[in-house]
Amino acid sequence: MKVKILYLASLREQLGKPGEDLEIPPATSTVAGLRTLLMARGGAWQTVLAQGKALRVAVNQEMAQPTTPVKPGDEVAFFPPVTGG
Amino acid sequence: MPVRIQTQDFDAGAEIAAVRGDNPKIGAVASFIGVCRDANDGDPVTKMTLEHYPGMTEKALEKIVAEAKARWDVMEALVVHRVGELKPTDQIVLVIVAGAHRGEAFAACEFIMDYLKTRAPFWKKEQTPQGTRWVEARASDDEAAQRWEPPKSSAA
Repeated sequence: MKVKILYLASLREQLGKPGEDLEIPPATSTVAGLRTLLMARGGAWQTVLAQGKALRVAVNQEMAQPTTPVKPGDEVAFFPPVTGG
Repeated sequence: MPVRIQTQDFDAGAEIAAVRGDNPKIGAVASFIGVCRDANDGDPVTKMTLEHYPGMTEKALEKIVAEAKARWDVMEALVVHRVGELKPTDQIVLVIVAGAHRGEAFAACEFIMDYLKTRAPFWKKEQTPQGTRWVEARASDDEAAQRWEPPKSSAA
């Protein structure tokens, strides 16, 4: 299935791209699964998305948890803890 | 629209007048303005760039404003947040809450800011003499937001 992924703020710089349209296996059905899939690319992907790193994920522009489902056509954004105001 | 994201500056007086309109039920207007400082974490800051997640930012802020209106007896609320390049002394964010009485207006205004700091997708990158760096989230902001969480009910 196809999903739209966004990398925002420091993650965009560390990963070297603002986002991508990605075809993922149907078995990758959660936020945690997608994160693991991306980490398997190695290099910066593995270190930047590593477990324990302060990281937030939104699915369809709503804050998500590791167990949040990822469905075809979803917009999934990875970003650091927010610092507005 | 209780929420605006913009690059240009804002005029708090004009915004307050617009929020109040000619509503004779309003007896209290609380407001907060966040301003860009010239130093952070011990280093001089000459410039900062504010980035956000268009689409989610508006939704997140609208949700925060809706929750404030549900929790406190207030009539109007407005959030204006700037993005793009800012320099020290520039205004960053404006929150206005209007209601019948000050207690509810103060509380709702503080709640909106505390939740904005931890839930609205904005990021600051600052320019220091050592180069640019992304501002790190602060634990004290999480703690400020947690004050507003409903107390965990013990097993009833």
